Parts: sequence; C-alpha cells; structure tokens
Amino acid sequence: MSHSLDAYLVLSALLFSIGTFGFLARRNAIAMLMSIELMLNAVNLAAIAFGAFTPSLQGHAALIALLVMAVAAAEATVGLAIVIAIYRNRRTPLVDEYSQMRE
Amino acid sequence: MAHGPLFADLGLPPTIPLLDWPWDDALFLILAGILLAAALFVVIGRNIVRSGLAMMACFGALAGIYALAGAVIVAATQVLVYIGAISILILFAIMLTQTKAGPSNLVFHRQAWAGALAAIGLGLLLIVSMINTQWPLAVADRLVSSTTSVAMLLFDDALYVFALQIVAVLLTAAVIGGVFLAKREHTPDPGDRDIVTLDRLRAPGEPSAASAASAASASPTSASSSTTAAEQA
Repeated sequence: MSHSLDAYLVLSALLFSIGTFGFLARRNAIAMLMSIELMLNAVNLAAIAFGAFTPSLQGHAALIALLVMAVAAAEATVGLAIVIAIYRNRRTPLVDEYSQMRE
Repeated sequence: MAHGPLFADLGLPPTIPLLDWPWDDALFLILAGILLAAALFVVIGRNIVRSGLAMMACFGALAGIYALAGAVIVAATQVLVYIGAISILILFAIMLTQTKAGPSNLVFHRQAWAGALAAIGLGLLLIVSMINTQWPLAVADRLVSSTTSVAMLLFDDALYVFALQIVAVLLTAAVIGGVFLAKREHTPDPGDRDIVTLDRLRAPGEPSAASAASAASASPTSASSSTTAAEQA
C-alpha cells in the first residue's frame, strides 16, 4: 500500500477535502486559517508523492514542497496579524460578526 | 519487495509476524489514520485550543509520511517549520483572540451542510479522477531522493535560485507586514478619526477613545508647561 502512488494521492485528496470543509464551515477566523494550512499540506503531500514515484521529478518535488512551506509561513504570519488587528477593533474572532463592510 | 529501505537494516522479519503485512504498509496505515483523525478533529473540534494541538499532531504524522515516501529533507523541514513555527504562531494567535464572553457554542456557520456537501463532492471527484488516471511517468516503486541532489538542484538551477531570492523578499515583506498590522496604535490622532464612530465600535467595558485622546492631549500640554517652567527657571 505504501508502495503505490494512488494511496498517497487518495490520502492527499482526503486531507484537502477536510480542509475545504473546515474553511467553508468554521466561524472562527483562526480555525479557517488552520484549515488553509491543512489544504496547503495536502498539496505538499501530492507533490512529494509525485516526486517519489517519478524519477525525472525527484529533486524538483522536494524543492516545490519547500517553497510552498515558505509561502505558507508568510501567509500564516500576515493572516494571523490581520485577524489580531480586526480582533482589536471588533472584539470577536468570528467572521460572521465582521459585517461592517456590508452596510 | 518485502520491506522498504527504512527497515532493511533493522534485523526485523520481512513482514509483521501475525498479520503478514509489510512493515512500511502498517506504518503508512497508522500514520494515515493519525493524520486523518487529527485533521477531522481540527475541523470539527469545539475547543479551538485543542484544534490547534490536533493540528500539531496532524503535521507530525505528515512528517512521518514524508519520511516514508523518501523525502527526508522535507520531513525535517516539516517538523522545523510547521510544528516549530507555524503551530506556535497559531497557538499564540488563539491565545490573543480568545473571548470567554463570546458565543462559542455555535462552531459552524448555519450553511455548514452546503460546505460539507461541497467538500465531499470535491473529495470524491479528486479521488475518482486520481485513481482512474494512468500516470505516464510513474514507476512501480518509490524512490528515495537524496538531500545532496536537492541541494545541487536548488543552487545550480537558475530558476530555483531566482525562486529562492523571491521567497527571501516575500518572507521579509511578510515580517514587515505582520509587525505593521499587529502593532498597537498608542495615541490615535483625534483630528483624523471620528471618535464617535470609534466609540460605537468598541465593547462597553472598554475605556473609550475620547477619554484616551483627552488624556493624550492633556499630557503634552503638561509636558510643555513643565518645559516652559524649566526655561523660566
């Protein structure tokens, strides 16, 4: 099972859909950011799986995964700073309370 | 191939004695189970601090799967960057934005069922299309990628060197942007903002912006009067 590409890809698809559900359904902004991290990890897992089973992609997949990790770190920094800045104004981390721009 | 390269020199029997499974298949199943269970707990857990801790477990299991797939440098970086940095950052953000008074009993939106349907549909679509595709370049068994080849590729290939520079600029911009966004504004300028609007946005227990602004405007006058007193002396 761990010697087939499909097992890794199915695991990555399951992780991505779990992250999608969390991003669509959670009310807490930080939980939404955590779901985004899960989705980025699923993409990384798919890249690593393709790199592990394709000889011409071997080093490239690891490099792409490392670059995705760096971008994820930057995204988490800015996203959490935005959440903290909004929390300072509105006193709530729940995204459906952020209705100021709707009016 | 009875057992993978990770288990070749451990002196273990080629399969698990009672179950007749290869060792790395069992390890893959255990890690995948931990990964999916922790990810589900991140998504549906009621307490967000426990969700953050489950996210760390999820990242750890994923690092194990990376090592099992032969990407050792990515597994190490996963532990360092995700478990060491991003999880801690998220846990600190959770601690900074928790409210006890807030309505935390409703975890999901009211339209969560639509999100669940969309996620299940997306997952089924991905799984069906992945299984039914014959990947043309894939080989039958997995390869172990050496860290040396990754490093040679990173610093020899002009494209990846350029990407490395771009990532450096991006991380610098993210640090500056994060500090700027999360910085607390100490003295709001009363001329620029409508203080009444700011007061309406605040919680009732908090000191209002008008009193803070008056205190801020009172302190420079006292300071200037003291300086004039010093000059007169």
